[in-house]
Amino acid sequence: MRIKPRIVDVFVRISLNLQAFFTVGILAVIVAIIFIKGSPYINLEFIISSPQDMGRHGGIFSTIVGTILLVLLSIFLATPLGVGTAIFLTEYTKESVFTKVIRFGVESLAGIPSILFGLFGFIFFVTKLKMGWSLLAGVLTTTIMILPTIIRTSEEAIKAVPRSLRIVSYSLSATKWETVKKVVLPSAAPGILTGVMLSVGRAVGETAAIIFTMGSSLRMPLSLMDSGRTMAVHFYILAREGISMENAYATALILVLSILSINILAYYIMNRVISKFS
Amino acid sequence: MSKAAFFIFLSFVTLLSSCSINDNSEIAKKKHTITIAGSTSVMPFVEKLSEHFMVDNPNIIVNVQSGGSTAGIQACFNKTIDIGMSSRELKEEERALKEILICYDGISIVVHPKNPIKDLPLTKIRAIFSGKIKNWKELGWIDRKIDAITREEGSGTRGAFEELVMKNEEIDDAIMVQDSNGSVKEIVATDPYAIGYISLGLVDERVKGLAIDGIHANIQNITSRRYKIVRPFLFLTNGAPKEHVQTFIDFVLSKQGQDILRKEGLVGVR
Amino acid sequence: MKEYFVKYMLMAFALSSLFFLFLIFIFILFEGLPLFHKAGLKHIILGSKWAPTKGSFGIFPMIISSFLVTFGALIIGGPMGLSCAIYLSEYSGKRMKMFLKPALELLAGIPSVVYGFLGVVYIVPLVRDYFGGPGFSLLSTSLILGVMILPTVISISFDALMSVPKTYREGSLAMGATKWQTIYKVVVPSAKSGILASFILGMGRAIGETMAVIMVAGNALRTPLSILDPLRTLTSNIALELAYASGDHRLGLFSTGVVLLIIIMILNYIANFGIKKGS
Repeated sequence: MRIKPRIVDVFVRISLNLQAFFTVGILAVIVAIIFIKGSPYINLEFIISSPQDMGRHGGIFSTIVGTILLVLLSIFLATPLGVGTAIFLTEYTKESVFTKVIRFGVESLAGIPSILFGLFGFIFFVTKLKMGWSLLAGVLTTTIMILPTIIRTSEEAIKAVPRSLRIVSYSLSATKWETVKKVVLPSAAPGILTGVMLSVGRAVGETAAIIFTMGSSLRMPLSLMDSGRTMAVHFYILAREGISMENAYATALILVLSILSINILAYYIMNRVISKFS
Repeated sequence: MSKAAFFIFLSFVTLLSSCSINDNSEIAKKKHTITIAGSTSVMPFVEKLSEHFMVDNPNIIVNVQSGGSTAGIQACFNKTIDIGMSSRELKEEERALKEILICYDGISIVVHPKNPIKDLPLTKIRAIFSGKIKNWKELGWIDRKIDAITREEGSGTRGAFEELVMKNEEIDDAIMVQDSNGSVKEIVATDPYAIGYISLGLVDERVKGLAIDGIHANIQNITSRRYKIVRPFLFLTNGAPKEHVQTFIDFVLSKQGQDILRKEGLVGVR
Repeated sequence: MKEYFVKYMLMAFALSSLFFLFLIFIFILFEGLPLFHKAGLKHIILGSKWAPTKGSFGIFPMIISSFLVTFGALIIGGPMGLSCAIYLSEYSGKRMKMFLKPALELLAGIPSVVYGFLGVVYIVPLVRDYFGGPGFSLLSTSLILGVMILPTVISISFDALMSVPKTYREGSLAMGATKWQTIYKVVVPSAKSGILASFILGMGRAIGETMAVIMVAGNALRTPLSILDPLRTLTSNIALELAYASGDHRLGLFSTGVVLLIIIMILNYIANFGIKKGS
């Protein structure tokens, strides 16, 4: 028996609808579980006191500091490099074999899994350059890891700046660099910011690359050569070794909330930009 | 704009590095740092010791990292750390390091509290981990596959287990592998059909320690040498330790330090 | 003069990515290849025994396991991701899209350790109780990875579907086809290469995932014989043992890294260049 195409149509529509909402439901369930299990244990004390007894007691202050230091320093290194690359690719060259090769490099770097960044950071920064497990080794590894995201989003943002703006600038006899600096970059800034924030989110949630380069010392890192622990690494160790489920859920909640709010803010900025240009 | 950014960036980096150097030299005047790394089995106990130690010695910072016995031994050879931690005896080629025995640790064979089995002969445990016994029925319980868990290759605990329990037999490759005492314990605590081996110091009400050939794993039996699955926890130094490092070692070997270890379920050397 | 300086500085920046890629390759290959020479390519790639402290470096079961979890993830995440993408591009209204698209992309922001942890706490006991086995298994790992690749599959398939010209759809509808017939016969085939690319990038994500896999896979060395058996992937082999390893054992882990790197590069190449050129 042939089923009428119209009935199939209705069926498909309902099925697709359900699947889309099921997928969003997964996100909701994950956030809900973490929130319900974690929120009872979160208070100011948990945030401003450092872990004791391997994290069984005390808070997560040193890991928050570790995370912030790692992320800020990585962003500081990766942003000029990434935005510079994007400017070069969009403003300073025509499509050629050269740009293709660079793009190939960026795409390949983006596809490398974080454990390989960890493996590389471990052998190169930690062992060969004798940095040891340190904030510095973690920062340099993370910088390389987030670079492709910043390059891609910056490139998109710069491409979205209307040609007309550039033409006006040139007609006022501005040089190329002046145009980039005074016209293109300011217009592309929100889009670039989005990329930077998405990278922050990635770095905050990363574990595999960081645990082998920055180590997992619970002490607060006081210098670039000190080892330290990020929130994600702390959560991994707490949960995996069953040190304290309460503290694990509480850490997870702070971790997930900070990443989600960073990402939501990033999408918000991106949407503003899209609606501005279109 | 970019020039300014570049300058800020440069000054930030120099500031950071200079302030870290300053910090270090400041610390060098007033504070000493001791870096300890190695066995993940020893680490939690040394972490605890260091917390107590730093209360009495506020001018010394103790930095404890895991990484594994072998990594600790390597780092000790390279002098990147002050003290290495090992949960296995040193091999021939590693003997150049100075060994300091801090305590003994029993390895306890653990199952889920629901498991009715209380006692197993050593030969049966070997048979489970070599894959010859695969079902709980063969041990007098229900008809269910055994979920055995071992530690990863290179771990000190696994090394000791292979030497003391497995003797010349190999651990079967169908057995699950976890990379810390804690994660083995987590699985055994949640899976009723699991069996694994962990540090005696970590056994609590969430898992059940098995007696082996009728002998329970406890401090008395380890002290009297009746319980045989025991390995040493070692501190390793490369040459004579610096003064502040020696202070910490002395603390660990003092009555106070040994009492802390005893309270954690380890067997002291004093 | 300044213009000149700026141009070359930016060029240097642009070359940095290439330089980093080169460094990563060199150092992983440099550490990993000597063992291939020493132990033999065949011994490593096709060997089934991994006992690196006793001179056996076979990673064949891990290669198989890596592909098994990847295909498992694709079976679960592929159709569902494509359905979501079709819903987003063809069915949902503008308002709905504004809500759903970012919400789906936020799934990518949840750290992999959190997926792994929830897998251990909820999926593993479920599999153990209802299907048997230890719960740490090919099935649990595939489920977790299937969810983890959703954002990749959705966003790239969505882009591909959106780039199908409106006229294609209008033409088909005008000929009396229903909406689903249009999607099924016209839109999806036109976006085929993009959808394929999204699946392959999803595979890349699954095969490279480490922490979540370590937590739910059980990490046994043998090739799994059923979907309820535990297994060890290439990535988890590296992460489990790297901290402890020295000498040949460490080299063995870098050899594992070399194999992983090659697989990933092939997948990326197919997704980024092979497919797009074909379309």
